[in-house]
Amino acid sequence: MRRPSNVAFLLLATLFLAVVLIFAHSGQSTAAHTPRLLANRDLVVRLGLTDLALFTEARYTRHPSQADLHSALQDHPGAFDHFPTGSLLPPPALLKRPHANLAGKTTSPD
Amino acid sequence: MRIWLEKQRHLIDFTLASLARRKTKNIGLLVAYTLLVFVLASLTLFTNALRTEATFVLAGSPEVIVQRMVAGRHDLIPPGYLDKIGRIRGVQKMEGRLWGYYYDPVLNANYTFMARPAEEVASGTIMVGAALARERGLDAHNTISFRSYSGKLFTFEVASVLSPDSELLSADLILLSEEDFRSFFEYPAGHFTDIALSVANPQEVRNIAAKLSSALPDSRPILREEVLRTYQSVFDWREGIVLTVLAGAILAFAILAWEKASGLSAEEKREIGILKAIGWETGDVLRMKLWEGLLISLTAFLLGFIGAYVHVFHFGAAVFEPVLKGWAVLYPRFTLLPAIDGLQVATLFFFTVFPYTAAVLVPIWRAAITDPDAVMR
Repeated sequence: MRRPSNVAFLLLATLFLAVVLIFAHSGQSTAAHTPRLLANRDLVVRLGLTDLALFTEARYTRHPSQADLHSALQDHPGAFDHFPTGSLLPPPALLKRPHANLAGKTTSPD
Repeated sequence: MRIWLEKQRHLIDFTLASLARRKTKNIGLLVAYTLLVFVLASLTLFTNALRTEATFVLAGSPEVIVQRMVAGRHDLIPPGYLDKIGRIRGVQKMEGRLWGYYYDPVLNANYTFMARPAEEVASGTIMVGAALARERGLDAHNTISFRSYSGKLFTFEVASVLSPDSELLSADLILLSEEDFRSFFEYPAGHFTDIALSVANPQEVRNIAAKLSSALPDSRPILREEVLRTYQSVFDWREGIVLTVLAGAILAFAILAWEKASGLSAEEKREIGILKAIGWETGDVLRMKLWEGLLISLTAFLLGFIGAYVHVFHFGAAVFEPVLKGWAVLYPRFTLLPAIDGLQVATLFFFTVFPYTAAVLVPIWRAAITDPDAVMR
């Protein structure tokens, strides 16, 4: 007879198995990602990079570790805003305007 | 043991049948619970993966960067500084770096220009980051022109595009020869943007920084450990911002869960009364409700966590992208190392599964110890 508890156990066991597989996948992927990470660290060493290119919008977000010590809203490396304004203000309309893709269409080099 | 297990199974059967009687309400609760775990777990996994990646790759960044400050702003290093730094004992290697920003009106984006020795990048050529190449439609051997800050037009040939695997570091990067860099930005001869130092004895880094500050009072040494700390705080900050935004949702769920778990409906009270009247012990009623709490919270936690893993490491954390992207026009495409911090998962488990399970028990215990006749009325 199909008891509800059997169904529940089966469901939980499947979910547990999926979580175990996730941990296994995570461990396996770490090995697979190692060459990429090492190549990236080599690039950092070779070029003397100090920051991730994750936030390219402003000086103090592109290179947060190198930002001016005394510029507005900047107290120490990594300090962002004194107030959460930066997270609440919408980006200027100019930045959101789409641009025409002229790559390869112009006669002179772009 | 066998009898005990069989008893628990019967209790679970009864609990599931009881849950099925209030199907819509319980499915709604399970969905809300799963979504909450999904968002919290996604946030934890994403920031942890970024933090792990940043810590690993930036461990190779220069041990000390020396900047010069003028009127509180970062200024160029004038000739003679390299000699002065060279005289400080313990400095093993030093290199004047040349880099700067360029705003490209075509994309409304900022690029980072960096000078490299002539043997790496020939004069008249550049190497570009993969995100920039993608946005500007560039490939090797294409040409591209930039109008310098002085108004002159410079044309470069793209020697190569940097590996897309390094986009997280080089999305907006343009590498060019020192000669081109100096003429493009009209950098005065002998001046540098900053100086990268390596120190013979890693234990001495702080002492070297102190010596630098006293030998060159207008200098600002930035240590590698500060760079790494910066990235810890950057992701803590972003995580904090998302958590702040989510605080309302978390609170709403807490109220919903508490209401569901602690406030017994008349139907549930009657059910407990009947169970007690037909001979169930208080302990059995408590165990039944404990199973109910555990089944719901455990299912929600497991579903939410699995969903979060797939979301972050297979769909690139699409839900958080707008928050992380900020105002950036050039945003790198990157795959993250699926690093899971067991402690963080355990913390999430503890704070999502236990409170609900515990909240279920108190009112049930109160109802279960009262007279069945009074409860049923």
